[in-house]
Amino acid sequence: MVSYIIRRLLMMVPVLIGMTLITFSIVHLIPGNPAQVILGETANQTAIANLEESMGLNEPYLTQYGIYVKDLLQGDLGTSLRSNAEISTEIWPYIAATFELTIFAMLFAIFIGVNAGIISAWKQNSWFDFLAMLFALIGVSIPVFWLALMEQWIFAQELGWFPAYGRQDNRDPIAPITYLYVLDSFIHLDFSRAGTILKHLILPSIALGTIPMAIIARMTRSSMLEVMKSDYIRTVRAKGSGQFLVIYKHALKNALIPVLTVIGLQTGVLLGGAILTETIFSWPGIGRYVFEAISYRDYPVIQSGILVVAFIFVIINLVVDILYKIIDPRINY
Amino acid sequence: MAEIVLELKELHTHFFTESGEIPAVNGVSIKVHKGEVVGIVGESGSGKSVTSLSVMKLIPSPPGKIVSGEMNFKGENLVNASEKRMKKLRGNEISMIFQEPMTSLNPLFTIGNQLIEAIRLHQKITKKEARKKAVDMLQLVGIPRADEVAGEYPHQLSGGMRQRVMIAMAMSCDPELLIADEPTTALDVTIQAQILDLMRNLNKEEDTAILLITHDLGVVAEICDRVVVMYAGQIVEEGTTREILKDPEHPYTQGLIKSLPNMHEREQQLYSIPGVVPKPKMNSVGCHFAPRCEFAFERCFQENPGLYALGNQRQSRCFLHEDTEGKVKKHAKADIGS
Repeated sequence: MVSYIIRRLLMMVPVLIGMTLITFSIVHLIPGNPAQVILGETANQTAIANLEESMGLNEPYLTQYGIYVKDLLQGDLGTSLRSNAEISTEIWPYIAATFELTIFAMLFAIFIGVNAGIISAWKQNSWFDFLAMLFALIGVSIPVFWLALMEQWIFAQELGWFPAYGRQDNRDPIAPITYLYVLDSFIHLDFSRAGTILKHLILPSIALGTIPMAIIARMTRSSMLEVMKSDYIRTVRAKGSGQFLVIYKHALKNALIPVLTVIGLQTGVLLGGAILTETIFSWPGIGRYVFEAISYRDYPVIQSGILVVAFIFVIINLVVDILYKIIDPRINY
Repeated sequence: MAEIVLELKELHTHFFTESGEIPAVNGVSIKVHKGEVVGIVGESGSGKSVTSLSVMKLIPSPPGKIVSGEMNFKGENLVNASEKRMKKLRGNEISMIFQEPMTSLNPLFTIGNQLIEAIRLHQKITKKEARKKAVDMLQLVGIPRADEVAGEYPHQLSGGMRQRVMIAMAMSCDPELLIADEPTTALDVTIQAQILDLMRNLNKEEDTAILLITHDLGVVAEICDRVVVMYAGQIVEEGTTREILKDPEHPYTQGLIKSLPNMHEREQQLYSIPGVVPKPKMNSVGCHFAPRCEFAFERCFQENPGLYALGNQRQSRCFLHEDTEGKVKKHAKADIGS
């Protein structure tokens, strides 16, 4: 197991190098002078020269890349051109917001998706199976922005059950510690605030989690159906075990590998920032952070945003691979 | 005669498919006595596996269904038994081992885990006791370093070892009846002999009745006391192993035995029965074997013969056993091999 993890970690190194090469090249792949592009057409020569100086654009590429990687290794993502703040400190609250939303969206998606998939496979061709798969089909086809707007209209506007946007009640903001607000409010032992924050999470989580949920449900169902036909399931039945043990112990564990792959990929996609959902619900996440940086041509922020998202993706893949190994002892690299 | 463990009476298991009703098991009656090894022989598609799965009530349903008949296990008719009752019987009083040892064990759980589960489903003992029992069972079926193997996963064992594990699992609750569905088909010959020996020993020592499904007459000769030959969902002949092998009555059985390679005669080509097993159909007319039978005459295509009793549990389904006065006669067969 340990050697598996070590080998898997070593496999990450070339990926990480590739990532830095791509993010590094972004600035240089723009046609023309990067400083000129960043500052706009009307910028004067001194401003451009100053920016080139401060960004180190006068050095040879290799030196620039070396400096870039060296800074990254020290946790230095550079400075935002717009706010002049250190990106490494500025970016965290955005990551935390996305992270929190993704966790809740995926919990929702996994819980409902996996169980709906299992029951659909168990009662294949029943009315439950039919309805669940119909909803799954609707779930994957529905446009996220439409679903989000409908949620806001029905549950916030008409019924008033949940707030329509934001992470918290802005008249009474939390004193952030980790910027994961649910966690923070528990640290503060402020449970009524935790309630409010959870309420804020519900609508965006559902909007964001619906597509993964539908994909997970369909994947779980087909994977379970496949496994239920196998010889070892017949053996378990011949041993005299009940349906529950057959399904939730023997079949589920075998059906889990492809489901896990989908869960990993979907988590990665959500963590990459869901611009639409974040915009509609005024959620200050990484997607919006990068999106705004693009409109201000804030290249260091764009670079860092992409790098961070890619890094998270790599980490998730690592976790998924380790989980594979825990589930299936036959897997080896 | 010892008490009857299992008695199938006119069992009908049909499959309801889109292309119609298929009588996979079409009125099969078999008796298995305590401590007896009964073989069911037939080609693929003859309904022998469906018969065995019917006894466990593990027929995939839909499309399969036991339509009529009785399955008396120690006097209890299992056709009407509830799923709850069947769960108590399966793995406990009736066990089953399957053809494919490579895929019959769950790849994601250790051997020990799967054995312990089988034991604890039917016996109220602690995990520790169950583990000890599991290791004992592994030793009993001749697995070296049983204690280590209990902690290993199926993919770390060979096919023969896995089949031993399956047998250990099946025998762990001391069943009255062991159903073995082609237990040696997927194994090579030396391992086959070991597995058959093992089953023979368990049968002798524990007095477990065995219902052995096979298409291999060599396996039958090795281990069975009595043989039932099935064809297209029906029994065509029944008798002791000696009777069936030395003195087959039904043309189908004769054909099966003729198709065995013979060490003493060097023939150019091995005999094979022409044609294939027909798909069982509802309301089919005539003897199922008639189209492939070299002795078939007009009547064979018009009505299906019944089973002619030829002695103590000796019967054959062929019109050749009827003489001109309609009485049953033995040795109706045309002399084979001449």
